[in-house]
Amino acid sequence: MPNAASIETAEHSHPHGWRRYMYSTNHKDIGTLYLIFAITAGCIGGMMSIFIRLQLLNPSWHFMGHLAQAIGEADSSNMVDMGKNLYNVQITAHGLIMIFFMVMPALIGGFGNWFVPIMIGAPDMAFPRLNNISFWLLPASFLLLLISLNVEGAPGMKGFGGGWVMYPPLSSNVGHPGPAMDFLILSLHLAGASSILGAINFITTIFNMRAPGMTIHKMPLFAWSVLVTAFLLVLSLPVLAGAITMLLTDRNFGTSFFDPSFGGDPLLFQHLFWFFGHPEVYILILPAFGIISHIISTFSRKPVFGYLGMAYAMVAIGVVGFVVWAHHMYTVGMSLDTQRYFVFATMVIAVPTGVKVFSWIATMWGGSIAFRTPMLWAVGFVFLFTVGGVTGVVLANAGVDRALHETYYVVAHFHYVLSLGAVFALFAGFYYWFPKMSGYLYNEKLGNLQFWVMFVGVNLTFFPQHFLGLAGMPRRYVDYPDAYSFWNQVSSIGALISGAGVVIFLYVIYEAFKLKRVAGDNPWGVGATTLEWTLPSPPPFHQFETLPRITGSDH
Amino acid sequence: MPGNRLGTSLKAVFATLGSFIAGNALAAEAGHPVPMQIGFQEAVTPIAAYIHWFHDDLILPIIVAICLFVAGLLLFCVFRFNDRANPTPSKMTHHTGLEVAWTILPVLVLVIIAIPSFRLLTQQLVIPKADITIKATGKQWYWSYDYPKDQNGGFEFDSVLKADSDLQPGDIHLLSVDNEVVVPVNKVVRMQVTGADVIHSWVVQSLGSRIDAVPGRLNETWFKAEREGVFYGQCSKLCGKDHAYMPIAVRVVSEPAYAAWLQDAKKKYASTGGTSYADASSTKALTR
Repeated sequence: MPNAASIETAEHSHPHGWRRYMYSTNHKDIGTLYLIFAITAGCIGGMMSIFIRLQLLNPSWHFMGHLAQAIGEADSSNMVDMGKNLYNVQITAHGLIMIFFMVMPALIGGFGNWFVPIMIGAPDMAFPRLNNISFWLLPASFLLLLISLNVEGAPGMKGFGGGWVMYPPLSSNVGHPGPAMDFLILSLHLAGASSILGAINFITTIFNMRAPGMTIHKMPLFAWSVLVTAFLLVLSLPVLAGAITMLLTDRNFGTSFFDPSFGGDPLLFQHLFWFFGHPEVYILILPAFGIISHIISTFSRKPVFGYLGMAYAMVAIGVVGFVVWAHHMYTVGMSLDTQRYFVFATMVIAVPTGVKVFSWIATMWGGSIAFRTPMLWAVGFVFLFTVGGVTGVVLANAGVDRALHETYYVVAHFHYVLSLGAVFALFAGFYYWFPKMSGYLYNEKLGNLQFWVMFVGVNLTFFPQHFLGLAGMPRRYVDYPDAYSFWNQVSSIGALISGAGVVIFLYVIYEAFKLKRVAGDNPWGVGATTLEWTLPSPPPFHQFETLPRITGSDH
Repeated sequence: MPGNRLGTSLKAVFATLGSFIAGNALAAEAGHPVPMQIGFQEAVTPIAAYIHWFHDDLILPIIVAICLFVAGLLLFCVFRFNDRANPTPSKMTHHTGLEVAWTILPVLVLVIIAIPSFRLLTQQLVIPKADITIKATGKQWYWSYDYPKDQNGGFEFDSVLKADSDLQPGDIHLLSVDNEVVVPVNKVVRMQVTGADVIHSWVVQSLGSRIDAVPGRLNETWFKAEREGVFYGQCSKLCGKDHAYMPIAVRVVSEPAYAAWLQDAKKKYASTGGTSYADASSTKALTR
């Protein structure tokens, strides 16, 4: 590995103050902006999930009604109805915020921007100005979403409460004639444009700007994962954009793509939505796969097991992920043959996913594992992702999905793979790269504490939801029959514990910046072999002004 | 149904656990959820029984075994390969045999799952010759049921959640309705389901039935209840403010009782006959 440290030169002097970030074309600064944005949005979306769980703490309970009163949306006469609407609005916003404004900006925009160029030995992204607009579209998009929460949706009520899937006719003029849905559509358009531009940037960077000797088959797995993710984004987001544009014209300009009374079809929207929506869940998890591979390899002091298999498993998941979308629609009335195909295709995904899980374990096998905080999160990820994965195999079977579709079993499944999968990988990556990004070490004890608090909290939150789903409790329910109260209470207590975990996380960041323990170039030792660990911490404003030359093999 | 030993023992463990934490034994006789329930509601149709077998006896033991296997491997790594126990890491990064094995073995497991899965799917979707057809229409926020004239019906009625103040002993908060759907026992009932305004979903877990009520579409599902009783379900597609307040209640009665109910119902619902079929054009007129 070359010594790739470089120095900042006068002609590359950079602006200070707000201009440094507002006008930034630097991949690391933009990555930092993405991370700050994601943490902020994550706290807002996380607060909503706490509100949701407080509403579900007891049956016949009016937490949301009181909340609606507290924020001035309701008075004592209509607080029950306003509470119901506010609940629907919050579950919708929680989903959209966590997906579009937390996980995607953090994994792709944040870690992707920071480390893909460094890992492939490039000085910056291919299109630095495009990178700037990719980020700055997001706050605008988020603003539109926040506006949507505060304008009329359903008659006499504020916000759009139709779920993140936005199925018409509930999202058309029949269900939500007010402008809340229009703001949401525009918000998603901006978020989508931001992601597409970012994806183009990543693809170009990875294809054209790898350092000499960094062949595609020597590229670190995180760069691979972002490359696959970028292709998924470029291919799937335009379909979402098309679907919501058709919805927008249905709502405002008299078209009837999704209106059955004028020959349209509500199911067309569902097909278009899930053609985007299913690849989207792999967009959320693939970068997580890449991060976990690096962390497990680093702390096991072993190269990744089965590097090529790992890379092409991600490619396979990405490709097959495009042809399984209608497993979200088993109950809409599809024909037998269609359902058979989607059962088959969906089950196929379990195979490359299994390859990844077993390869992670094989990477640990025979290693000399240091259980630092990032490694705890990574091992937690492997187990919890497995739990979420096998319930996915259950749901893939249309026959049994007939009993579990749209129940809390589904909520448990996708929170295990996303909230306990993608989010655990986020924390893992954050602890792993925080010393590199900031130059400071976090407090190991506090990091450990946060892991265990979150591990207990999220399992307590989501494991009982399997029971609720098997017992038949539908999701997106503001109230439930008394029989479901016990496991709902357990789940709500778990959510409060997880919330405490997030508070610890924020304190960890504060503490690290306050005490300024210097991290050094490579705090993780010989296991950390990717290029970022050859640079100072934090890296110079422009790295690799002389390109590193990659020789030999890392795997 | 074929069972397997692991499944049976696992089921026994769950049953013991269930009755230990109270209530689960009750679920077997219910048709509605009971406190602390951790499994399915009682199965009263062959389809629901097949779902139970498929999940409880086949796929649940498999996925529990996979999770325990992965957890075991991880724990082994934690204790055997931590930096104190194993200061010198190995350099192994490839093992073709292993890689082939963990690709082929999951495929075989999936095949084992897929065969009964496809059989179940076929039985659900190929509707046998129906004895009775009933049409359900989801509306914001209640259900309407239509009994066709050629089957001694010719009336339609609304089925609305009972207000808390109207609950009688035996009624269930948020599940009991004013007018239940009544069907005869041991007859094939075909449900035709549509939505009048937005998408709803008609679900009764004990009957093994779930089908979306989509405006502009007439979906079908079927069930053959093998026991009398009242079986509950809840709307399962987010449909607006009162999504949680439009339950489904199916009362399965003997054939003579069904005939008698039909006579009463014809008189009781005479004034409402055939008035409120899903009429999407009227919805359109309201919104334009």
